[in-house]
Amino acid sequence: MIKFTGTLMDLFLPWALAYMIDTVIPANGRREILLWGVFMLVCSVLAVTFNILANRMAARVAGDAIYVIRNDLFEKVMFLPDMQADGLTRPSLISRLTTDTYHVHQMLGRIQRLGVRAPILLTGGIVMTLLLDPVLAGILLGTLPLLTIVVIAVSKRSIPLYARLQESLDRFVRLVREDIAGIRVIKALSREDYERKRFGEINREVTERERRAAITAAITSPAMNILLNLGMVAVIVAGAIRVNAGLSQVGKILAFMSYFTIILNALLSISRMFVAVSKAAASAERIVRVLETEDEREWERAETDRDQGADGETEIPHIAFEGVSFSYNKIGDNLTDISFSLKHGETLGIIGSTGSGKSTVVNLLMRFYDVDQGRICLDGKDVRTIKLSDLRKRFGAVFQNDVLFAGDIYENVSLGRGIGKEQVKEALEHARAEEFVEEKGGIWEKLDIRGANLSGGQKQRLLIARALAGEPEILVLDDSSSALDYRTEGELRRELRENFADTTCIVVAQRISSVMGADHILVLEEGREAGYGTHAELMERCEVYREIERSQMGF
Amino acid sequence: MTGSMGQKGSMGQKGRTEAADGKGPIFRYLMERKGTLRRMGGYLWKDRGLLAGAFFMTAASNLLALLGPLLSGYAVDAIEPGAGKVDFQRVFFYVGWMIALYALSALLSYGLSVLMVTVSRKVVRRMREDVFDRLLSLPAGYFDCHQTGDLLSRISYDIDVVNESLSSDLIQMLTTLITVGGALAMMVVLSPYLVLVFCFTVPLSICITRFITGKTRPLFRIRSGALGRLNGFVEEKVTGQRTIKAYCGEEMTFGQFAEKNREAVEAYYKAEYYGSTVGPMVNFINNLSLSLISVFGAFLYMMGMMRLGQISSFVLYSRKFSGPINELANIFGDLQSAVAAAERVFGLMDERPEEESGELSEKKRGRADGTENIKGQVELCHVDFGYEEGKEILKDFSLQVSPGETIAVAGPTGAGKTTLINLLMRFYDPQSGTILADGRNIREMSRKQVRSAYAMVLQDTWLFHGTIYENLSYGREKVSQKEVIDAAKAAHIHSFIMQLPDGYDTVLKEDGTNISKGQKQLLTIARAMLQDCRMVILDEATSNVDTRTEVRIQQAMGRLMEGKTCFIIAHRLSTIKNADRILVVDHGRAVEQGNHMELMEKRGLYYQMVEAQKT
Repeated sequence: MIKFTGTLMDLFLPWALAYMIDTVIPANGRREILLWGVFMLVCSVLAVTFNILANRMAARVAGDAIYVIRNDLFEKVMFLPDMQADGLTRPSLISRLTTDTYHVHQMLGRIQRLGVRAPILLTGGIVMTLLLDPVLAGILLGTLPLLTIVVIAVSKRSIPLYARLQESLDRFVRLVREDIAGIRVIKALSREDYERKRFGEINREVTERERRAAITAAITSPAMNILLNLGMVAVIVAGAIRVNAGLSQVGKILAFMSYFTIILNALLSISRMFVAVSKAAASAERIVRVLETEDEREWERAETDRDQGADGETEIPHIAFEGVSFSYNKIGDNLTDISFSLKHGETLGIIGSTGSGKSTVVNLLMRFYDVDQGRICLDGKDVRTIKLSDLRKRFGAVFQNDVLFAGDIYENVSLGRGIGKEQVKEALEHARAEEFVEEKGGIWEKLDIRGANLSGGQKQRLLIARALAGEPEILVLDDSSSALDYRTEGELRRELRENFADTTCIVVAQRISSVMGADHILVLEEGREAGYGTHAELMERCEVYREIERSQMGF
Repeated sequence: MTGSMGQKGSMGQKGRTEAADGKGPIFRYLMERKGTLRRMGGYLWKDRGLLAGAFFMTAASNLLALLGPLLSGYAVDAIEPGAGKVDFQRVFFYVGWMIALYALSALLSYGLSVLMVTVSRKVVRRMREDVFDRLLSLPAGYFDCHQTGDLLSRISYDIDVVNESLSSDLIQMLTTLITVGGALAMMVVLSPYLVLVFCFTVPLSICITRFITGKTRPLFRIRSGALGRLNGFVEEKVTGQRTIKAYCGEEMTFGQFAEKNREAVEAYYKAEYYGSTVGPMVNFINNLSLSLISVFGAFLYMMGMMRLGQISSFVLYSRKFSGPINELANIFGDLQSAVAAAERVFGLMDERPEEESGELSEKKRGRADGTENIKGQVELCHVDFGYEEGKEILKDFSLQVSPGETIAVAGPTGAGKTTLINLLMRFYDPQSGTILADGRNIREMSRKQVRSAYAMVLQDTWLFHGTIYENLSYGREKVSQKEVIDAAKAAHIHSFIMQLPDGYDTVLKEDGTNISKGQKQLLTIARAMLQDCRMVILDEATSNVDTRTEVRIQQAMGRLMEGKTCFIIAHRLSTIKNADRILVVDHGRAVEQGNHMELMEKRGLYYQMVEAQKT
């Protein structure tokens, strides 16, 4: 509304000018000229105050809106079940949270400013011209359809060009990414020149397509200019005829020219707005898609009232898998009919080749995914009946490719769980990490993004310390000692045996030595149980296990 | 470019009322970044012919457009006498000229766009090529400590920003200059008295924009900083989402995010708070001059000093005049972001590449050209090396290897095993000590020469988006189809390849969905076989594959190693046991050497490692 008034003020000015020229000047009224001058001044001042006010309010509104959107989106992403996060992919989620929200923010600001102003200026300009002289206004309006046709024709041609450009840009980025990943191989094979050639080709293609798209799009602005200028010329001619016939005054032609500029500018901003909106619309859609996804909190509400199973047994196992089957994509099973049970303080080792479903067991146990068939019980309670946060609080876990965050070592180990300094130190000691932490300069030492200033083994030990620090009921170590040498790993195992005897452990590994001492070992092959038992039992019975053993130990 | 900025500076000087502060912040900003600007200019300079054409067209098209209002003024004058007395001949005469001029001007401005797009794309292409060139010549370790995403954004996004601004802003500045100068000249011609109005409004507008930009510039910097932090936070937390969920850290993370989000939004708002006043202010000044011109114009008209057509032309010129001046502030904003982007791009270009210290002996190459002469004898003498100053990874490291020997490198993590490989292949050069191949210092050979002496199979099986055949023949330029197939057979991957629908022409996908990890490993082994080198480097994969493939890989590796000097970073005891010599590395030193039996008897570190594996 403020914007509206402000814009309206802008529109009064040319009208005042026309009035002055046609009425006041011939009447020779100096006082009146001054009066009108003051009137114009007042209009200007009002316009500027209202417009600034409106712009600031628009910025506030856009900021507040994006704050809420971004918070909601982030919250949603944090609670997004892995199934959904996998589908959307994490890099895509990141770009939705960063680039897309930024686009929407800009658009929100711009659309409030231009979106109100431009149409008012446009319609206002047209109305004003109609009031001044309907016939001349008719000429002006005549050019508008032509303009629309030009804009539509150009965008019809340029949109597919931009789509093709995006395609080759994707390939361009892929090549660079690929080469960065394989830089050692490229250098080792001295294929830099070959890569330069490959890059040169794609680079040329991208630039050529960019050029073609840009040249096509560049037609719009000169075309719009010339159409409007021609319209203006037509107004002069028609005006001349009408003035000659005594139907119009010269001042009106002058005013017309001012309105012309206003209309031209309004049209330009509208076309610019369309670009912004179309860009932002794509972003908004991507954001909404995430926001509409069902998250884990809704899961909880839907499922907490399930029945409580398992009772009457003499000893309830701590963890029990009962005929569990699961598939990520719901086409082929990733786990088929897996059953086992663990008592408090027991250790389960899971071994098998990549893709055999080892990590899936962990994912299901911690309820990152829900089982398709069967059920998983903790102390006899189906995990789906336990509140998610209660469930996960019982675990300490290190995942495959787990991450460290930017921050100091203390923060990374305690991870906001309110764990004291002493406890963190203790955990570091148990994880055989205290030595290098001291070397680095203690627990307040900052880590780089993703712990880039640590070696693979050091990272894994910090992650293990993080899992141990909460004194968990269940410890999950998913391939978390692969970067440790045998000696350190052996020490770590001893440490766990001695100090965490009551903790139930699940150790996923590829090395036999990591699971050998476990109370139970589950051998997986292609999602099925290929063997279950102790090391000795499996060596006797399980061919797959023996093969793995032979290839690794060589004794 | 500097000229137009100077122009703005001098205008500021002319109308400034506040105390003089030297040459003004804009000028100072430009001086500080002279180097960057000069380099940006250097890229454009290569297309100076086209650029000159573009300047000419800009000038022509704008001057033509400037004549428009003059002509329309004349036309209005011809109409002025009023009913029945309109001089149609003159009206049509001027109108005809106007049509011609506008048409020509539009044509020119389109031609200009085409020209500028061409130039800018050429510049972009050159910049991208330069950046990519530098990327390839950077030491391999550079990529370990820099995020791929950041490098990618430099080569795509940043270069685009630089260019967009260079191409459009340059033209924009010129347009501004011509329009402002031309409009001023025209107005002076039309009515020197009315021009006096601008003595009031121009300084006013300059003061206002300067005031606003002075306020906003630091705010915009804060704004990008806050946004950058927010984005960094998001990237990290979303990547680690599962960990956060596992430790129930969602609420805490969410709180941190809200804080960062609030900061970003506030910074955006603050910048916008002042930034958004520019537009209305510009309008205000325009309106102000319009009002003043109307009033004074009316007086002048009554005094008979101006005709109506002149007033009309004057009004149109005045709009042309005040608009672009304020535009300069926007252009400057663009330029700032372009300079920031350019600094990032040039920063990457200025990273130190691997030095070609081998060039010295390039001349002597005739003596020992190519790799055939390297038989596979390697010697390291008292080598010291660290990636960072003061943090030594290898200390006084010595080793002799005779041709055909297999050396297994074992030791705790972080002991320096990978570093050893990096030095052998000259991904890095040692700080002191020498590495000899066949008795020649490898620093006197070119990197290419050194590297082509080795075949390498690494843990991360890098294959590129292309056909299997292309990937296999990647290591050697001239290779016959038969050789490729023979290598594939030797690596036990031929039959698998033949099972694929397109055989050797199957395109490997980036995410590797159409091929398993073990098969990838076999492909890289076949690729290494085709290289036909005397020395092999193997970084043994930590058994990531199923047992059957595992056996095949072992066999293929065995084939690859036959009769060659081999360095193996071993993880499996079986591999280690079969080696001629085991080198145990700890804390950057070779602590033990010998075969399995010898080392077991020694009961040192190696013995402990083997024992640890048993328990």
